[in-house]
Amino acid sequence: MDVDSNQGRMGAYLRDHQDKVVSRWTELVVAGLRGRSSAAEVRRELEDLYSLVIRAMSGADVQAAGELRAALAELSRSRARNGFTPSETALAIFALKDAVYELVADTTDLMPEYLAFSRTIDDLGLHTFETYATAREQVIADQAASMLELTTPVIRLWDGIIAVPLVGTLDSVRTQLVMEKLLETLVATGAEHAVLDITGVPTVDTEVAQHLLKTVSAVRLVGAECIISGIRPQVAQTIVALGIEFGDIATKASLADALAHALSRTGHKIGTA
Amino acid sequence: MERVPILKIGKTLFVSIQIDLQDESVMQLQEDLAEELAGTGAHGVIIDITAVEIVDSFIGRMLATIGSISRLFDAETVLVGMRPAVAITLTELGLSLRGVRTALNAEKGLALLNGSA
Amino acid sequence: MEELPIRTGNDVVRVRQQVRAVAAESGLSLVDQTKLVTAASELARNALVHGGGGMARVDVVTSGAGKPGVRIGFTDDGPGIADVDQALTDGWTSGGGLGLGLSGARRLVDEFELNSKPGSGTSVVVVKWSR
Repeated sequence: MDVDSNQGRMGAYLRDHQDKVVSRWTELVVAGLRGRSSAAEVRRELEDLYSLVIRAMSGADVQAAGELRAALAELSRSRARNGFTPSETALAIFALKDAVYELVADTTDLMPEYLAFSRTIDDLGLHTFETYATAREQVIADQAASMLELTTPVIRLWDGIIAVPLVGTLDSVRTQLVMEKLLETLVATGAEHAVLDITGVPTVDTEVAQHLLKTVSAVRLVGAECIISGIRPQVAQTIVALGIEFGDIATKASLADALAHALSRTGHKIGTA
Repeated sequence: MERVPILKIGKTLFVSIQIDLQDESVMQLQEDLAEELAGTGAHGVIIDITAVEIVDSFIGRMLATIGSISRLFDAETVLVGMRPAVAITLTELGLSLRGVRTALNAEKGLALLNGSA
Repeated sequence: MEELPIRTGNDVVRVRQQVRAVAAESGLSLVDQTKLVTAASELARNALVHGGGGMARVDVVTSGAGKPGVRIGFTDDGPGIADVDQALTDGWTSGGGLGLGLSGARRLVDEFELNSKPGSGTSVVVVKWSR
């Protein structure tokens, strides 16, 4: 008996027992999802998949296999985005094997057909897994990008004074973004002073220092001045220990000191209240 | 080869680069500026690069050289209007043009030359 | 896609313009476009000054992850480079310049491949991917 006619017989069997299989399948999937989707909702999803499985197994419908894969991909993508685990997602398809097996177990003459069917489902399960992983990677990449945006605000401290409070590590991607946003703001607003506050940067090693120096240099090139503030005692010690030269760059202990410095440079007088 | 024009306004030489710079044009500009500085006794040079889309190591070096030459004539050079993308690229390239003064735009550059900033 | 000769200073400008156009079309950010054009300018000048002239070829490419990018290949039939590692060191110069041409261009792109032997010319291929 060849695979095709195996599939044909299995397809016919599945069509004849549609209601029983779908009901059991829904039960299994709903149990695995621990109440996060209603039975009616799951049943609707699974009925669509089931009819595609039957069409694909009957062999006559060449488009069905592609449609089935697309439907499964869509299902796992939406599960990935809604925070379902990989096993919960894969369960949707693997549970079909259990549902069918419970019925076929008594009719031993369908065993070869069931094995072929099982292999097809395994293959579809893998496909589901892959789509799920890709979708999750996309979610993570999107989150990382928006995190980067969120953690790099450029704020106006005073007329002509712009500040960038840096929180977290300063790698090359981040530096690039900071530079772009800072320089664009300086050029657009005509501000001549920029304060890079590194209070929230946990460690300053040679690489981070390089990134800071580059930013200061770029700020100078567009025609503004840069002050680095928020240098904590441990950070100061590391900078000196590593022999990093900040040269003639203005450095201040706190953001307040940097603001006072910039204000005096712009000709403002600050009195103590 | 296109030539970059030099305008003299009061005691200041004003250069606005509006062309895609080729090496020969920058070298010519350097020569022309030295001539002008010697002949006019100008006290300052403003080079406006607002329209310049790229500055590579050669052009950057020439700009720095112009700064050094003008200092020999007791004149200050201010480079104004460098685009953010150009500034980021230059620092990545390893060029900081430390010897050249900079300003955000021509007006601020002029204020810098006149000592009011 | 297109082969551009590098014989004069004006040709260097033309290479820059071609790279800019292709980079903008491929969706590179403004900063990335500027970095790539600057790298191209350095390499085209190298081909002209040290290689006695050469060719540039600009292509649109796609990464394994499906991202678009721009690849530029430079070739010249000049004397070649005896010590490639040395030529790629910051500040090392064969005369005249700041020695930032090759090493700087490498920092501005995502991929950089240099092949050269004394007497058989130099070829440099660089790629910049869109983010």
